[in-house]
Amino acid sequence: MKMGNGRIRTAVFFGAAVLLLAGITLAGFLLSREAMVTDFSRKDLAPGLPYLFGTDWLGRDMLARALTGLSMSIRLGLLAAGISSLIALGLGIASATMGRAVDSVITFIIDLVMGIPHILLLILISYACGKGFQGVVIGVSLTHWTSLARLIRGEVLQLRETGYVKMAEKLGMSRFHIAWKHMFPHLFPQFLVGLILLFPHAILHEASITFLGFGLSPEQPAIGIILSESMKYLAMGKWWLAVFPGLLLVLTVVLFDTAGESLRKLLNPGSTHD
Amino acid sequence: MRHHLLFMGKQAIRMILLLACVSIIAFFLVSVSPVDPLQANVGQAALGSMSQEQIGKLEAYWGVGTPPVQRFLSWASDFFRGDMGVSLLYRQEVSQVIGAKLSNSLWMMALAWLISGVVGFALGVLSGMREGSILDKVIKGYSLLIASTPAFWLALVLLMVFAVWLKVLPIGLSVPIGVEAGSVGFWDRIRHAVLPALTLSITGISNITLHTREKMIEIMGSDYMLFARARGEGGFGMFKNHGFRNVILPAITLQFGSISEIFGGSVLVEQIFSYPGLGQAAVTAGIGSDVPLLLGITVISAAIVFGGNLTANLLYGIVDPRIRRGGGSL
Amino acid sequence: MKEKREILKIEGMNISFKQYEGGFSKTNLDVIRDLDVTVHEGEMVAVVGSSGSGKSLLAHGILGILPYNASLGGRILYQGEELTQEKKESLRGNEIVLVPQSVAFLDPLMKIGPQIRKGKKDPESMAKLDGIFQGYHLKKEVQELYPFELSGGMNRRVLVSTAMMGEPRLVIADEPTPGLHMKMVRRVMEHFRELADKGAGVLLITHDLEQALEVADRVVVFYAGTTVEDASVSDFEREETLRHPYSKALFRAMPRNGFQFIPGTQPYAKEMPEGCPFAPRCGQCRENCRKEIPFRELRGGKVRCVNAV
Repeated sequence: MKMGNGRIRTAVFFGAAVLLLAGITLAGFLLSREAMVTDFSRKDLAPGLPYLFGTDWLGRDMLARALTGLSMSIRLGLLAAGISSLIALGLGIASATMGRAVDSVITFIIDLVMGIPHILLLILISYACGKGFQGVVIGVSLTHWTSLARLIRGEVLQLRETGYVKMAEKLGMSRFHIAWKHMFPHLFPQFLVGLILLFPHAILHEASITFLGFGLSPEQPAIGIILSESMKYLAMGKWWLAVFPGLLLVLTVVLFDTAGESLRKLLNPGSTHD
Repeated sequence: MRHHLLFMGKQAIRMILLLACVSIIAFFLVSVSPVDPLQANVGQAALGSMSQEQIGKLEAYWGVGTPPVQRFLSWASDFFRGDMGVSLLYRQEVSQVIGAKLSNSLWMMALAWLISGVVGFALGVLSGMREGSILDKVIKGYSLLIASTPAFWLALVLLMVFAVWLKVLPIGLSVPIGVEAGSVGFWDRIRHAVLPALTLSITGISNITLHTREKMIEIMGSDYMLFARARGEGGFGMFKNHGFRNVILPAITLQFGSISEIFGGSVLVEQIFSYPGLGQAAVTAGIGSDVPLLLGITVISAAIVFGGNLTANLLYGIVDPRIRRGGGSL
Repeated sequence: MKEKREILKIEGMNISFKQYEGGFSKTNLDVIRDLDVTVHEGEMVAVVGSSGSGKSLLAHGILGILPYNASLGGRILYQGEELTQEKKESLRGNEIVLVPQSVAFLDPLMKIGPQIRKGKKDPESMAKLDGIFQGYHLKKEVQELYPFELSGGMNRRVLVSTAMMGEPRLVIADEPTPGLHMKMVRRVMEHFRELADKGAGVLLITHDLEQALEVADRVVVFYAGTTVEDASVSDFEREETLRHPYSKALFRAMPRNGFQFIPGTQPYAKEMPEGCPFAPRCGQCRENCRKEIPFRELRGGKVRCVNAV
């Protein structure tokens, strides 16, 4: 049906998504000062020039605020997803290699974490940490590793059955050697894709928990705070306070998803799909 | 028959164990919190005006000074007997608060659960059976987009459209927190439940659709589907004969597994629409340091989620002939 | 030899797959090239080739159930008329039937009876299936079982039964006896022989030459995605009556002829040599093997070898 070369297109998608995300992160970082500037001469402006996203009740530029908030969310998401994926990697491998007892304990923990609704667990962890930045990072890190751990566990179990790993075991190579030389190269692509696909969830949950008032403090221009504040002004018809920052958040999540899925396709050597 | 009972017994024990662990974790988390229960719940001013004796009583009540393990055991044994403590914010038995809030939430969530299950299943099957078609691309695109949209933002947008612009539905805030469930009229209830249920359904559909689609694609590529086509089956007949019965099994797990997500979504959505349900109570309890209520809600919601998983496993055993007749384990 | 009506005639069948190689290049992988097979009324033709050589695709091509990234070329005639995709769809399961390899091709969650009847519950279909089961000595209760409950002995008969629900004119049996011992193989093969004797054409796709020689009328030798020889069963009694060097090699590899194997493996579709695909392993390879090799008539059969006499 389509004539174009699917793999090149996928690679372009991946590159574009990563570039855009880097752009958002950097822009937000650079605009963080701009985002704090209040100016009552320009308050409550609807979107237009020069304020594309409009301004709020204090005359702050919503575009700068949204970008700064997202930039914060992305960095926080990267940190939390990174920690989360390391937990997943460790527990996944331990589960698959350290015998039945360890396996059943880890499987039990996975069921346990999945059993408490994420938001509720996040509230609890945030409460335990006395709210704030720390609580969000720890909360998101501790709740998002489960599915990736399952995936890695399955993958390692499969790898252990392959001929070359069995051979290496027969030859008496150490567990560490086998894990590093024979398993890691196969596991790494899966892990990388899993890690990238963790970001969107991490960001969404960070935004949610901040929105509810358990996350970052109101002084920080986090995306959840911006949206939470906008609620008070919705009834007055100031729709842009909620719509544009939200759309930007959706865009960010979609970009992360695109990046992850494209990478998955690129790393899959025998893909026949377009 | 014996292996069925054994299977059910194992599942039930597992659920009890999970619940016990949930309560331990929850209790652990609230006890390590730096938030001082006395200050948070009684207030600095009130503490100042109290006599040392009164403070001592309160401290004993909050277990200040007793080791956490002991506190946990006494809390757990009370909980086991149905005494979940007294909510500090609502000044009522926690069990009563949860009961009232849950009855508000339950049918709203059940509605969203059913809608997202049925619609998500239908869309996923359609999409998966016609993989690569325009229909598939539209459904997949919609689902991916919604999956990337935070539920609370979607709720805000719906609130804006239906309550602020069109003015057809109330802005949730019109029902103040703490109003007795009984004093809200039936119609009022429905009107207030529409938007939260709608938001939860929209977000729930995308997840169910994507997973069902995946399963359906797997089924369409199976050897038995290939053979069915070789035997001249096709279209709806083939779905009726082979597609449905094979996709319904994973769908059961998926549907009961989605309870956790619906629950999580309800926390956000109820907050935005000021819907006086369990989710909102959880947020209020978390912000107001209402520890007994927070613990109660955690355990009850985990029980509901595990109950859902248990139901799925048991249903699986009934529906799948390989387990029902074969006597194999899962 | 009596002149019988041609049920199936395949001329120059090509099946190729679109695929990506490692990086970004997209290639067309020709898995089946220039394949010719003819099946007459009442005749049982065996297509013999080693495992993994893409023989199943031949069946899928005839039935029109190739995967979406495959494309089919060449001409297929059914009873003298072009077999178009629409025609395949209306005939399959009825006049053209497939007998699959194993019960893995049955829906694991549907009872045998309803599954063979394709869900139909009218008295006619019920009676027909009862009759078929009786013919194969299958108890009526078997209809109430799920595929996983079938015993090894029932499997084959159930699979053959699926073919009998229509009015089969062409039966395609794809590797119908994997891992069965000789006694079972004979019994299964008898079922197909019966079908052929009733006037249907049977196309048996197998890797087992000995099996094929026992029941088939003609043997078509399949190598690296193409047909290299079309011979009658009697041609396999002596090496000299065979035409293609690969057929002769197969002959020598049979246990009764000394178990001699030739070195090397079949070329993979991606690394197909120019001209004769067997040339790299052939003892009589000459310069003229490097160009296009036609499938030509020779001594009452056909061969794809320029040097065969």
